[in-house]
Amino acid sequence: MAMTSLTQNIKGKTLATEKGTSLWADAYIRLKKNKLAMLGGIVVILILILCFIIAPILAASGMNANEQDLTNRFTGVGEKGVLGTDQLGRDLFMRVLEGGQISLLVAIMATCMTVTIGVIYGGIAGYVGGTLGNTMMRIVDGLLAMPFLIIVILFREIITPYIDTLAKFLIDDWGWNDNTVLRFANLIPLTIAIAGFGWLSMGRIVRSAAASLSKQEFVEAARSLGISHRRILFRHILPNMLGPVIIYATLTIPSFILYEATLSYIGLGIEPPNSSWGKLIQEGANYLETNLTVLAVPAVMFSLTLFAFNFLGDGLRDALDPKASKD
Amino acid sequence: MLKTIFSRVTQTIVVVFLLVTFVFFAVRAIPGNPFASEKALAPEEQAALERQYGLDKPISIQYFNYWKNILTEGDFGYSLAMKGRKVSTIISESFPVSLKLGVLSLILGMGLGIPLGILAALFHNRWQDYAAMVIAMAGICIVAFVLGPIFQLSIARPLSVLNVAGWSRPADIILPSITLCFGVAAYLARLTRGGMLDVLSQDYIRTARAKGVPTLQIITKHALRPALMPAVTFLGPAFAGIITGSFVVENIFLVPGMGKHFVLGITSNDYNLVLGLVLFYGILMGIANLLSDLALIFMDPKLRNS
Repeated sequence: MAMTSLTQNIKGKTLATEKGTSLWADAYIRLKKNKLAMLGGIVVILILILCFIIAPILAASGMNANEQDLTNRFTGVGEKGVLGTDQLGRDLFMRVLEGGQISLLVAIMATCMTVTIGVIYGGIAGYVGGTLGNTMMRIVDGLLAMPFLIIVILFREIITPYIDTLAKFLIDDWGWNDNTVLRFANLIPLTIAIAGFGWLSMGRIVRSAAASLSKQEFVEAARSLGISHRRILFRHILPNMLGPVIIYATLTIPSFILYEATLSYIGLGIEPPNSSWGKLIQEGANYLETNLTVLAVPAVMFSLTLFAFNFLGDGLRDALDPKASKD
Repeated sequence: MLKTIFSRVTQTIVVVFLLVTFVFFAVRAIPGNPFASEKALAPEEQAALERQYGLDKPISIQYFNYWKNILTEGDFGYSLAMKGRKVSTIISESFPVSLKLGVLSLILGMGLGIPLGILAALFHNRWQDYAAMVIAMAGICIVAFVLGPIFQLSIARPLSVLNVAGWSRPADIILPSITLCFGVAAYLARLTRGGMLDVLSQDYIRTARAKGVPTLQIITKHALRPALMPAVTFLGPAFAGIITGSFVVENIFLVPGMGKHFVLGITSNDYNLVLGLVLFYGILMGIANLLSDLALIFMDPKLRNS
């Protein structure tokens, strides 16, 4: 971009000096040109608004996702509720939105944990390097060789009782609202289990970025000025790693949505009264032949969300890291 | 080549050892015990069962015994939840099913994904490229438990030839393998496209073009082999993953494969079954990686000579 405008300026004999564009402005220009990525970004924002702003407003105005009405089962689109009702006469539209809340919440929380662990672990391994760094990466390689979903299921089963105890403690001794705590406590083991083994690739990416950064001249200069390791890490290394971290985090969210849905689908994830897209799809599949909407609505929302996040992530990668944009 | 085989085998041994050790202790940390699913057992009956399976001994002895039985007798032990069934029997019954399904869907995935990736690379940044990449993205985003029901409804129902689900006729393999192949095809298409773009920008391809070699021949003779290397690297782990991790597809189409034993084993605290499956998975992964290593050596003269 900067190149073309520069040549234009020369052709037009403009003498004014070209104003430099920052990495981020440059990336934004590239992203704006990528229509699929922009569309993905808009869809992501719309889905987030729908699930986290519109759904609570509708819920506050009296639309309930869990209220059963057995006389009005499987009503068609528009008859009762926006998209009809499900097998127990519950408002399908509200259920899909609230299911989406859970799916997105688990994925986003797990991604935040992934970023935190991955940046700290990978940052240390890359910056310190040497034997410690190598050992740390061998551990990551070893963990990556494990069957991911199996280990996540195992890990979730192990930590569930601890979270339950904690929830009981919060309700009994601290007097927290039991309904909220219990519903939230149901998400935590799954989130921790997914993040606990999902940060490995992030750790690898951060390590290679940190290792190459710490060899560059400006870090050398900072070191020779006697700046502390902590300051170098936080002021020089971390801000420069932001690009790959953002790209990878955007691509991690859809894969975590998928893991959550898969586990909920086989009955080892979210439990009632919570529901998520995976759970809704699994329930809907039972009424495949008679009432397709019960399956179709959550399936479409779920696939659309994956599409949007993946296109946005790919677009961000092309924009922020043009060298890696071939695949 | 011997060096590659040797290093891959050592690596597999290390990984399998760590995997089994980790899972051995992790699976025992799950609350509950393997015999709890039956009607309330008297304490003495419980103790008798534990003695029978050696679970009354200290955990370190149990761990030692597990390895001893495997290394000296090749014995994976008995399943704790399915009484009287050996873990090796369960694996030998379900593995052929998973293997058949996995191999077929891998072949379908290669047949679909690799041409798609080549097409995308040849028409880089044109509509064919975008179309191919959107299709590939669909393969990643429209996952098995969405795709499976769609196929059941749109293919199996109207065509009475195919069963909606089940594993009684040879044709029953068709729908699950088609469902499974799309994910593989999607990743293969992306990897092939990347590899192909890399190769097509090389000098020797330009030379071939300059001396007038037809495009088709450039692709088949010069570009394809190096371009497929990323895809081949991916195929190894994908093979192991698709064979053991297809429990969603098995669940949808009622396929009696290995995947469900993983899940059932964990939920019913069947220590021996989970360990046996994990051990088997580790070895399978090692073999699959070795095969893809060897394929890479076969494909790349540089690797062959080093």
